[in-house]
Amino acid sequence: MTKYLRLVSRYPSAAAGIAIITTLIVMSVLTIIAIPYSKAIDMWRGGEQWQDNPINASPAWSNWFRDKKLPRTIKVASNPADIVETEIGGVRRALVPIEFEYNYDGFPSEVNLFINTDSEGPQPFARITWHTPDGREILISGRALRPNERISISQDRGLERRLGAIPHVALFKATNSDLALRGRYRAEVEVLLFDPNATVTAQLLSYGRVHGIAGTDHRRRDLVIAMLWGTPIALAFGLVAAVGTTITTLIIAAIGVWFGGRVDATIQRITEVNMILPLIPILVMVGTLYSTSIWLMLALVVGLGIFSSGIKQYRAMLLPIRESSYIEAARAYGAGNRRIIMRYMVPPVLPVLIPGFVSLIPAYVFLEASLAVLGLGDPVLPTWGKVMNDALSQGALYHGYYYWVLGPALLLMLTGLGFAMLGYTLDRIFNPRLRQI
Amino acid sequence: MNQSLIEDLRRIASYAVTRLLMLFITVTIGVYLTIWIANMGGKLDELREVQIRDQTAEAVRADPSFFSLPSDEQQQLVEQQVQLEIKRLRLDEPFINRSIDYLWQGMILDLGRAENMSSDSGSRQVRDIIVERLPPTLLLFGTANIIIFVTSILAALALSRRYGSPADRAIIALAPTSAAPSWFYGIFLILIFAFIIPVLPAGGMVERPPPEDKLLYALSVLEHMLLPLLAMFIGAIFVSIYQWRTFFLIHSSEDYVEMARAKGLPGHLIEQRYILRPALPPIITAFALTLIQLWNGAIILEQVFNWPGLGTLTFQAIGLRDTPVILATVVIYAYLLALTVFLLDIVYMILDPRVRLQGNN
Repeated sequence: MTKYLRLVSRYPSAAAGIAIITTLIVMSVLTIIAIPYSKAIDMWRGGEQWQDNPINASPAWSNWFRDKKLPRTIKVASNPADIVETEIGGVRRALVPIEFEYNYDGFPSEVNLFINTDSEGPQPFARITWHTPDGREILISGRALRPNERISISQDRGLERRLGAIPHVALFKATNSDLALRGRYRAEVEVLLFDPNATVTAQLLSYGRVHGIAGTDHRRRDLVIAMLWGTPIALAFGLVAAVGTTITTLIIAAIGVWFGGRVDATIQRITEVNMILPLIPILVMVGTLYSTSIWLMLALVVGLGIFSSGIKQYRAMLLPIRESSYIEAARAYGAGNRRIIMRYMVPPVLPVLIPGFVSLIPAYVFLEASLAVLGLGDPVLPTWGKVMNDALSQGALYHGYYYWVLGPALLLMLTGLGFAMLGYTLDRIFNPRLRQI
Repeated sequence: MNQSLIEDLRRIASYAVTRLLMLFITVTIGVYLTIWIANMGGKLDELREVQIRDQTAEAVRADPSFFSLPSDEQQQLVEQQVQLEIKRLRLDEPFINRSIDYLWQGMILDLGRAENMSSDSGSRQVRDIIVERLPPTLLLFGTANIIIFVTSILAALALSRRYGSPADRAIIALAPTSAAPSWFYGIFLILIFAFIIPVLPAGGMVERPPPEDKLLYALSVLEHMLLPLLAMFIGAIFVSIYQWRTFFLIHSSEDYVEMARAKGLPGHLIEQRYILRPALPPIITAFALTLIQLWNGAIILEQVFNWPGLGTLTFQAIGLRDTPVILATVVIYAYLLALTVFLLDIVYMILDPRVRLQGNN
């Protein structure tokens, strides 16, 4: 064992491969501990829980490479202490200021205002004004308030016409340039309350254009969830599929070689039929007609992989073993067929298969991604392939949301490279003829 | 000499016939399995029955000439028409009967009309749809395969002449990048060459509307082919060169090559006669195997590049649950695979001198 470790350490590409694989495994374990399976599925389902996230925001670190900084999401609630109340003839007038610092050059992606009132009787009335750092005052709207009013400033067509630009751009734009004006902004909500006991709170949400480490998608979901959870899924899929196909194929090949004759012939014929069956069309077919569950796909991949072309290669390795003297010895002491196959024929071949096996893992990782990119990803699980599929079907490249494709692509590439680099080196180590070269 | 040639030919012919027969049986079984999967073991027919019932009921309800009929008579009419339609599609018979029919029709590619799809020229014959989609796939994957094959063999030969050189090391280092499939590189290429530096089209086979002029048409196709070709090239070239280089290196350390070198034969002669000649059968095998793999990967690459080939067709047909078209594409794939395997067998047999040796004994 230490001998092999020393051999591996002599190859930098293998060391890099091992480092990548270890990182991915650690990442998977931490992910599973931090975000349990059911929680991950629930989070990925989306909905209410993500309503404070912007749509299609780039990763926050992308600002490092920009001259013109894009805003993060700013969420400010009114401070009860700042509310100024006056009374005019039985009507209470509450002035609710919301102040915030805006230190970005880009414009927000959306601005919403939430006003909560608990008043009985006639509906309260609000007049909302916007105060820019350079002292301009812009009237946003005046309206009657429902108890939980959500004012979508960005979607206010009247305001857009009045300002001559999309509201969230016009409200932040400096007068002398195309960039946003930095400084302290104030939104003022003036509410007329007709109920003496009513209270009012307001909240301003300026959705940013950057968010988190991985950005967000079209449903406001934080892509970090998919990046993290994609790791254990990809590794598990690749590993199980590679182990499943390699071991079963090997055992089938050993059975064929051991029994010979008709059994062997049958196995060879099945293999030929299986080679004719087009794997991906069948997977797509089953995915569309039955279910796209990742476990079904995995079972199918393993099932169709049992009689794969590898059988021919394994046969060539197993045939000399069948004739070797220790098999004869096993037979002499009365070992059964099963014992001979499982104890004496399969184990000696295993080390030779390791390089091929390691190189097989990325193939299956990419197969899973391929299915997801075709829209046949698991319906509930967040995977890298599904993120790419979302991105491509939402025209991410066309709209310039490159992060959406590059994030999962980078992780896929890293996984593929990690296993492939290790696999190639192992191939050179285990294959003595290659080692000399 | 002449006699042994005839003997060779006879052997090759009898071998070819046996292989052809075996492959035909294999394809038949494969296609039959696909029929069962595509019909969900007959469950799809239940869905179709419901669909027929819905459509007929809708048609009867919408037809003004039946408005005056009382509702139970309308009901009767619907039932009658549903039964007729079921009879026509033979849905009343057990699935196994129909599956045999499907198999026969599938094997001779006489699948009649598609259920939901039509070819670009408007025909609903499955055969027309397939015939329309086959050339783009053959064009793209044939070209890619030949380019990759020739480049990798030549590059590998060059590298094996001076292994350990920086170029050789670079290839070894780059080989693992082929773990990613070609569609994966395709996405990057689209990103770079169609969006960041918009010089090439992001997808499709020819610009819209297609140019009238033949030459311009060909140029447009070529332009659209560049990115998918490049994607396949990047996805396969490094590992291919690496494997051939290793293969040639192993072969060039054989004793008879050393002997030839000792005799003082020039390098290119050694390569031609002592390295390439005995390595030819495995080279052909590998070529055919990559071909088979490429058929398999076609569906996704075509989808990513929106290439109007068989892969895209398969995907669309599956989405529309158009069983005849699904079946036809699988049959075509199976035939292409079988043809590849068959040609491989024959070429192998002609190239392998042991066949002739056996004949003389």
